[in-house]
Amino acid sequence: MTTIAEPLDPVVALKGAFPDAVKDTKTFRDELTIIIEPQDVQPVLRHLRDTPGLIYNFLSDISPVDYYPDYDRPGRFGVSYHLYSMLYNRRVRVKTFVDEDEPVVPTVTEIWPGANWLEREAHDMMGIVFDGHPDLRRLLMPADWDGHPHRRDYPLGYETIQFSFNVDEIMKHKPFAKS
Amino acid sequence: MADMTAPTTGPTTDMSEWQGSLDELRGLVSDRAMTGETMLLNMGPHHPSTHGVLRLLLELDGEEIVSCLPDVGFLHTGIEKNIEDKTYEKGVTLTDRMDYLAPMSNNMAFNLAIEKLVDLDVPPRAQAIRVICLELTRIQSHLVWLATHAIDMGAMSVFLYCFRERERILDMFEMLSGQRMMGSYFRPGGVWRDLRPEFLPTLEEFLADFPGKIEDYEKLLTSNPLWLDRTQGVGVIEPDVALAWGVSGPSLRGSGVNWDIRKAMPYSGYENYEFNVPLGEHGDIYDRYIIRIQEMRESLKIIHQAVDNLPDGPFRSENRKFVPPPRTELGQSMEAVIHHFKLWTEGFSAPDEEVFVAIESPRGEIGCYLHGTGGTKPRKVRFKTPSFMHIQAIPVMSEGHMIADLVGVIGSVDIVLGDCDR
Amino acid sequence: MGVTPKLGNLGVVTTGLEDAVNWARTGATWPLLFGLACCAIEYMSTQAGNYDLARFGMELNRASPRQADLMIVAGRVTRKMAPVVRQLYDQMSDPKWVISMGDCASCGGVYNNYAVVQGVDEIIPVDVYVAGCPPRPEQLMHGILTLQEKIKGERIADWAN
Repeated sequence: MTTIAEPLDPVVALKGAFPDAVKDTKTFRDELTIIIEPQDVQPVLRHLRDTPGLIYNFLSDISPVDYYPDYDRPGRFGVSYHLYSMLYNRRVRVKTFVDEDEPVVPTVTEIWPGANWLEREAHDMMGIVFDGHPDLRRLLMPADWDGHPHRRDYPLGYETIQFSFNVDEIMKHKPFAKS
Repeated sequence: MADMTAPTTGPTTDMSEWQGSLDELRGLVSDRAMTGETMLLNMGPHHPSTHGVLRLLLELDGEEIVSCLPDVGFLHTGIEKNIEDKTYEKGVTLTDRMDYLAPMSNNMAFNLAIEKLVDLDVPPRAQAIRVICLELTRIQSHLVWLATHAIDMGAMSVFLYCFRERERILDMFEMLSGQRMMGSYFRPGGVWRDLRPEFLPTLEEFLADFPGKIEDYEKLLTSNPLWLDRTQGVGVIEPDVALAWGVSGPSLRGSGVNWDIRKAMPYSGYENYEFNVPLGEHGDIYDRYIIRIQEMRESLKIIHQAVDNLPDGPFRSENRKFVPPPRTELGQSMEAVIHHFKLWTEGFSAPDEEVFVAIESPRGEIGCYLHGTGGTKPRKVRFKTPSFMHIQAIPVMSEGHMIADLVGVIGSVDIVLGDCDR
Repeated sequence: MGVTPKLGNLGVVTTGLEDAVNWARTGATWPLLFGLACCAIEYMSTQAGNYDLARFGMELNRASPRQADLMIVAGRVTRKMAPVVRQLYDQMSDPKWVISMGDCASCGGVYNNYAVVQGVDEIIPVDVYVAGCPPRPEQLMHGILTLQEKIKGERIADWAN
């Protein structure tokens, strides 16, 4: 019968194992966010998954955020990894910021194979490149689509409301509508 | 803000773009497909058994599946980007349509995220009503699952029986919100309106009848030798593999992992109700089937307890900074008019912070990541949906099986393409 | 001998044929099994026991477009799915009709954005539009009955085209 280790404080454990990795921590509404640099993503997440006392074995989500045009963040895009520890029943968020010129983050598909599509969607929607990903193609948009739709500077692309002055222009798009 | 009316790429009807070359698939399918030793078959977006518009590229060695490559995105509606353009209260209606078989679960995830972000209270009566609606949603989603899963495997009468019961639940939803399916009944702070007087008697009748109906479905399928042959030992996924692939919900519990967010991190008063979480052992289709049937029974238990202990009080938070006042108050109070005006024209503001909330939908874990701006519209809304992760895991579950087993696997994992593509 | 050409009024026979053929077409229009999103669930509800579509002869959903007469576009059509819808429509053989079920198929619905085709009539000709999000089964049946009225009004002159 294996004994279960006592739960460790993730920030303390990470600072002990990787002294320079933890850039910042934040707690908001009882949620802990640990901010790290992109190049530390793989070792930090692997440490969080494997260390007794932490065992964050479930990757809940990889969420990209676009902070355009907010220029007071460390980078234009933020990538949040939401981890859940089934053994200790707690969550943590590990966040990293990347710039717009080189939005490259190492992949975590070797740690959790389920991250494969999560990263593909982040690439498709936000344009973040995951270094080492086995198959980084578009997932939700058609393969020949241009642009990354969920970026803040990508237009919503809506059809304008049809009034009498622009009805002809809009009806040009609907060749089969019989009025 | 950028020009929102920029021309978009129009719909393409040029068929030549579809004839992709085999080179594109190098590395995605095994080498035997490149030489023609195995056959590549497209189980296209239009297929009777794929539960929506899912495209699977199958690599077949005879009838056996060597590998399976899912292609999704045929239902990608850009709901998340649409919500970023609306205020928080208006965004609730769009969340209904993601997982269209469990609309109230999506509502719940979004509302919980908003309530966490702005620190809004939810009165106990609203919490109990939400639990009743969520469990009814779970039952009706499992009924559609059973109907479509059984009809894919050939049992057609189960489809008719399940939809007959589902009509009763939809009638109850209509009493609550006016709409059968996409009610948008949950709002930030509580629910939209109080229970109608005819709701509770109808619910009591339903609760009395339904256990007998579950028995009917079980009589048709559970000990049926055809069903057992087709489902036992098929589509097995090991528990550690399932965890690594992000599988959650009944599909994970079928492999024996005891994780139910309603028990682990309870929300909306779930800690006050007693219920069991059914677990499977083998991780095959049959275990996932038994778990969902049992979950329907457990949901009935929860609804009984919620109805028996339904507290009185307001059905929505009284915090007028976030919740519009009822119209009766507008004639009497100036503050109410000001709040009404501010909330309906501009909406309430949320801080420039991020939250992540996860709930247990009938399919698994729906996670809602919400990042505010400090203004009235969100900066980023993202839903991590269970079907997205499960479709990734379908190749793992179906390798080495035949196409007919693949149909069973897809049905047992209970995917909804609106949930996957959003 | 039945109706004889000796009546001299060829128009009577023609009308009879049109009526007979239209009656046959309305009595058994086989829909294409084509559900995209939420409206498909309401379509399944309409097919099931409570609101029965079998009374219109439509209990038989054909998965193959070659064997179907009626395409009920149930749900939002996205830009990735649009070529598929067009291909399916082209594969259906005449006579064929299209019911656009729900707001998303009729006009883009709630989604006015980059990913959703604003109404399936951008790609295929539609005969009946059924509004609703999702439309109630009774609304869909009203749409089907309207389509049946439309079919009954078809004339040989139209078929010749």
